[in-house]
Amino acid sequence: MISLTAGALAANLLLIGGLIALVAANGLGHFWQADIASLALSDGTTALGEIVDREADTDEQGRARERLRVAVGNRDLGGSDYRWIDAAQIAGETWPRDAAVLEREEWGKFYGFPVEIRRSGQVIADGSEAIWAALPGLLRAKRVERAGKIDALRTEIRELNREIESSRRRGRDVAELQVRYEDAAAALSARAAELVSDELVVRTADGREQAVPLAHIVRAVRANALGTTGKLGLYASRLWEFLTGDPRESNTEGGIFPAIFGTVLMVMLTSLAVAPLGVLTALYLREYARQGLLVRCVRIAVSSLAGVPSIVFGVFGLGFFVYLVGGTIDSLFFADRLPTPTFGTGGILWASLTLALLTVPVVVVATEEGLAAVPRVVREGSLALGATKFETLWRVVLPAALPGVLTGLILAMARAAGEVAPLMIVGMVKLAPSLPLDGEFPFLHLERKFMHLGFHIYDVGFQSPNVEAVRSLVFATALLLILVVLSTNLTAILVRNHLRRKYAGSAI
Amino acid sequence: MTQPAQSPELARLPEFEKAVLRVRSLSLWYGESQALKEISLDVPERKITALIGPSGCGKSTLLRCINRMHDLIDGVRVEGQLYFHDRSIFDPDVDVFALRRRIGMVFQKSNPFPKSIFENVAYGCRIHGLGARAELDEIVEKSLLNAGLWDEVKDRLRESALSLSGGQQQRLCIARAIAVEPEVILLDEPCSALDPIATQRIEELMRGLADRYTIVIVTHNMQQAARVSDYTAFMYLGRVIEFGETGELFVKPRVRATEDYIRGKFG
Repeated sequence: MISLTAGALAANLLLIGGLIALVAANGLGHFWQADIASLALSDGTTALGEIVDREADTDEQGRARERLRVAVGNRDLGGSDYRWIDAAQIAGETWPRDAAVLEREEWGKFYGFPVEIRRSGQVIADGSEAIWAALPGLLRAKRVERAGKIDALRTEIRELNREIESSRRRGRDVAELQVRYEDAAAALSARAAELVSDELVVRTADGREQAVPLAHIVRAVRANALGTTGKLGLYASRLWEFLTGDPRESNTEGGIFPAIFGTVLMVMLTSLAVAPLGVLTALYLREYARQGLLVRCVRIAVSSLAGVPSIVFGVFGLGFFVYLVGGTIDSLFFADRLPTPTFGTGGILWASLTLALLTVPVVVVATEEGLAAVPRVVREGSLALGATKFETLWRVVLPAALPGVLTGLILAMARAAGEVAPLMIVGMVKLAPSLPLDGEFPFLHLERKFMHLGFHIYDVGFQSPNVEAVRSLVFATALLLILVVLSTNLTAILVRNHLRRKYAGSAI
Repeated sequence: MTQPAQSPELARLPEFEKAVLRVRSLSLWYGESQALKEISLDVPERKITALIGPSGCGKSTLLRCINRMHDLIDGVRVEGQLYFHDRSIFDPDVDVFALRRRIGMVFQKSNPFPKSIFENVAYGCRIHGLGARAELDEIVEKSLLNAGLWDEVKDRLRESALSLSGGQQQRLCIARAIAVEPEVILLDEPCSALDPIATQRIEELMRGLADRYTIVIVTHNMQQAARVSDYTAFMYLGRVIEFGETGELFVKPRVRATEDYIRGKFG
């Protein structure tokens, strides 16, 4: 019997460990820069790229062959980021020192040999050494320039846009604002044109030359010339970008910070909503309600609520929160903006409340158990001192039951963080233009749509046009989601253990 | 004030100059079963009155009636009267929370709250809004001193009360009860879960407290009743069989049942 139970435990541990190891092994490779191979093929062409995978299979005649999956990039020229190359076709393999990979804002990676740097058509750096000496400084300068000018103009345009909209709603004249808006827009396109005046000319493996504006280059790396230290530095830089940057190229590149932020904020809002709701419900059920058939039925109903498929909650959230509550709020407070909905459309508030409903049974059941574990003599001790029932509950029973309440809340948070299906219809989006929390009054924008790691995984992994290119990214995101859930839970568990220690020796 | 009919026992009850509590023909039912039958009894001021008797004789029920803790149980019905000074505690307009402040209670099983030692003692004051923040320190210190616990806990007032030993916890509960300045303290078998040394400390403490408080103690331990109390009531099957000065009752009981019980023939 012992070996059976121990075996079950071991199987569980193995599953969990295996899952995390698989996700980590697949995901963590995403940021590693491999060497760039130049493959001379038997048909006379050359392929330049990173060898991602080697695979043994059989051809049409049943003979064994080996195939290489090579990341060749240059989507704007070749159409696909990856190529399958038969190992038998490879005549020669070299690792040219000058081969470079450019990470671009658009069109993905570019593999090639840098030829020269031009400014408004004039060559300003020529030859490998000169280019690599000048490039880092130029790229940094571009980034600073962009942050200083373009981003400021973008903010101005956004604000003007909002002003125009609100003036129009109030029926004021917008002609003057319109002029200012057009000026700003013109300035923006002029600046953008200025920014692309510097170009890096790169020759591809098949001899074509392509000019890439410096402003569009995120990173330029001479992979084969980097030592291990250089590669580790690059790895750290990419990981940092992944954690803190905004996504690019319909989420397949860049960072996922908005999704991390959206997930964490939503879980926090959910726990803010579910804690009072669940605790008050449990208090009433356990402490005030007359224990009878009705309370038993309510208890069963609450427990079965946990078994309702989550998409049903999503539909309820859409019908109740978004259309009914949100629609009413809009018609009462934001009537001037209609028919554009403010609260009458999906948003982080409605998503959090929907998840709060979804997770409330967990909190109710755990709180009820916590309350039941508070000994009767402790309650009587408080009542005998002349405390009312409410004072006893509030000052003695509830604090004693707090570890139990927190256990419920931890479970609820874990469930909320992993839930995706209901969110798709109450406010989660593929790409949100702005975070729900920013420096603009009133700072927390509960009506805004938000991004979520779970949906990000689904979207990138299954809805992206270039599934091969993002496979490791999906694993990296999944790993991050696991880490976010783990760390939220760990924090809550530490808080609970602190409380338990504080009341050490308690039976609860 | 209506005087209840004199029962045969009452005729033999001792009369006190100053009785804080006067029980008159008190009967109590838990649903259909009657736990107290026509009890009449006076509790003298600033004395220790012990209630003894075999299990199920109703002594704890009587004790809990005195500060209306029986209200907490569903299906309880009382008849008769229980006067605290001149006021019946069963009057509908009695403020039961104020009453419980003036009649404190210590339970069989020590029941400190899951809070710090300080907060346990200050709890009653906070509930009743007694004492400003500055006075609270003083009240807590005084109560712990009177409960003979101060020297043991003065350096760890912020620690959890649950870290104390059983005897210390029980003294903490006494400190908690006296912090709100009650007149009467009810003790429901306060030593039944303690070792002999802790029991001895509580007994000494009770003797000390009797100068200031009226004490009613329920005990199973006849030696304890003999050692600490001034008056003893022997209860049996929901009635007070005999009530008198402790010395007299234990040396020459007037009723046969009392004698049998204290000689250990049943119980």
